[in-house]
Amino acid sequence: MPDGLMLSAWLIALLQALLYVALAPLLIGWVRKVKARLQNRRGAPLLQPYADLRKLLIKETRVPHTASPLFRMAPYIVFVATWLAAATVPLVALDLPIARIADIIVLVGLLALARFFLALAGMDVGTAFGGMGASREMLISSLAEPAMLMAVFTLAMTAHSTSLESVMSHHLADGFVLRPSYLFALGALLLVALAECGRIPVDNPATHLELTMIHEAMLLEYSGRHLALMEWAAQVKLLLYGVLIANVFFPWGVGREFTPLALGLGLLAVLAKLALLGAALAIAEHVVAKMRLFRAPAFLNLALLLALLGLLSHVILEIGA
Amino acid sequence: MTLALLPLLQQFVLLLAALVLFLSFVLLAQARLISAIHSFAWQGALVAAVTLTVAVAGETHHLYFSAILTLALKALLIPWMLHRLTRRLGLERHTEDLHWPTLAIMAAVVLVIFSYWLVTPMVAQGLAFTRNIIAVSLAVVLIGLLMMVVRQQAVAQVLGFMSMENGLFLAAVSATAGMPLVVELGVAFDVLVAMVLFGVFFFQIRESIDSLDVDRLNRLTETADPVGANPFATTDEVSQ
Repeated sequence: MPDGLMLSAWLIALLQALLYVALAPLLIGWVRKVKARLQNRRGAPLLQPYADLRKLLIKETRVPHTASPLFRMAPYIVFVATWLAAATVPLVALDLPIARIADIIVLVGLLALARFFLALAGMDVGTAFGGMGASREMLISSLAEPAMLMAVFTLAMTAHSTSLESVMSHHLADGFVLRPSYLFALGALLLVALAECGRIPVDNPATHLELTMIHEAMLLEYSGRHLALMEWAAQVKLLLYGVLIANVFFPWGVGREFTPLALGLGLLAVLAKLALLGAALAIAEHVVAKMRLFRAPAFLNLALLLALLGLLSHVILEIGA
Repeated sequence: MTLALLPLLQQFVLLLAALVLFLSFVLLAQARLISAIHSFAWQGALVAAVTLTVAVAGETHHLYFSAILTLALKALLIPWMLHRLTRRLGLERHTEDLHWPTLAIMAAVVLVIFSYWLVTPMVAQGLAFTRNIIAVSLAVVLIGLLMMVVRQQAVAQVLGFMSMENGLFLAAVSATAGMPLVVELGVAFDVLVAMVLFGVFFFQIRESIDSLDVDRLNRLTETADPVGANPFATTDEVSQ
């Protein structure tokens, strides 16, 4: 690749990463709006999450007396790690140089890093809720991560590569193929995404009820810009999983070259896919009740089983075919 | 990747076969009896869909008839009979928790791998595009068997037995493009008669032990004695 093209590719990668941060509150606003409409409410405006973030960013930041420096560092680490993880998922264009640096396993690792510091920050102040939230988060993620890796390996086995980009271009090159393994991997990833983003069957993002909260329990002591960064990171994570599911399983429309037209079409396509996915999430949260925490392992076992069946059906049904 | 070279209909057959296997897992782990019956009905419908798609893709016209027969029998009639039985036995809300649900599921995964290993030489022969389904159907048979072992409830065991028959039928369709019609009608009739007999048996079992939990058939007396207090308990243990 010549230098000029390389430079523009890096620029697009940077723009794409910025786009993640900019779009994340919009997705959450859209999900909340659809959910409100389903409950016959008018709901907050679509741009409300931006206003919330702005309010938190200009508010004074208070830190508990018992907090260590880790408590202050954690929001920045969580935000940056989540953001970096998001930057490795192709949003509007393929063939970006960032794909040569990071594959899916790095993505899972970065998310694990963010989660680790989130849990540490939850325990740092020494309140009961923080420790409880951290222990629950670790319970969920220790079960969700193997399922996610299994699902990812299913995709990687089809494309013979763990790079997200080659998985997507392989899928695009094959055209429309009905793969049983992809169906199972899609199911597994959807369940993992629900659990990891703290959505309804596992955690309720709209409540601070002490018996049920997981993610919110770890953020109870945060305020001001720290809280803004933590919430923003959670929104980026939701967008990341949404784009991962939308672009890996339905990659059609993503830009293959760096022309404004292709990139614009790629952006439109991904926005349409995310709008559909967000509406589906809102409907799913509307019809499904939150389950008890002790049922969460069974939920994630189902995700693991789906991912395992994906691997097996790839080996049994697709390789011999 | 060779799957991409297959026509769409044949890919669809493989997809349906994978879903049949998934429903076997659902059947194995489903605690609610009524939901298990529904999953069994869905499995029957999927087997019928596989048969239909093989008939369309392979241009084998006699398979249309067996698809219709499977749909009528496995997806509608037998589930309906089981439904009626559970209602008459007052078991609509019955749930039965497996002792080790994850262990049972993992055992089923091992069975899938085992059946793949078993079938590999057959697949190497290269018969038809459906040959990969043989491993799946063998796994469905083995998981049905496992279900009869791990479940204690008589109705759930019958579901396991019936899903074994689903697996055998799937194997017949995928390995040989269907059995002769006479054999197929005979098997269908057998399954139906078995279902009627099972219904009679359910009532017999319940009349004698007041429950459909077949583990209680091991006991020789009505009272739930601790082991040792019952003079028959030792012979009971030996006979196991």
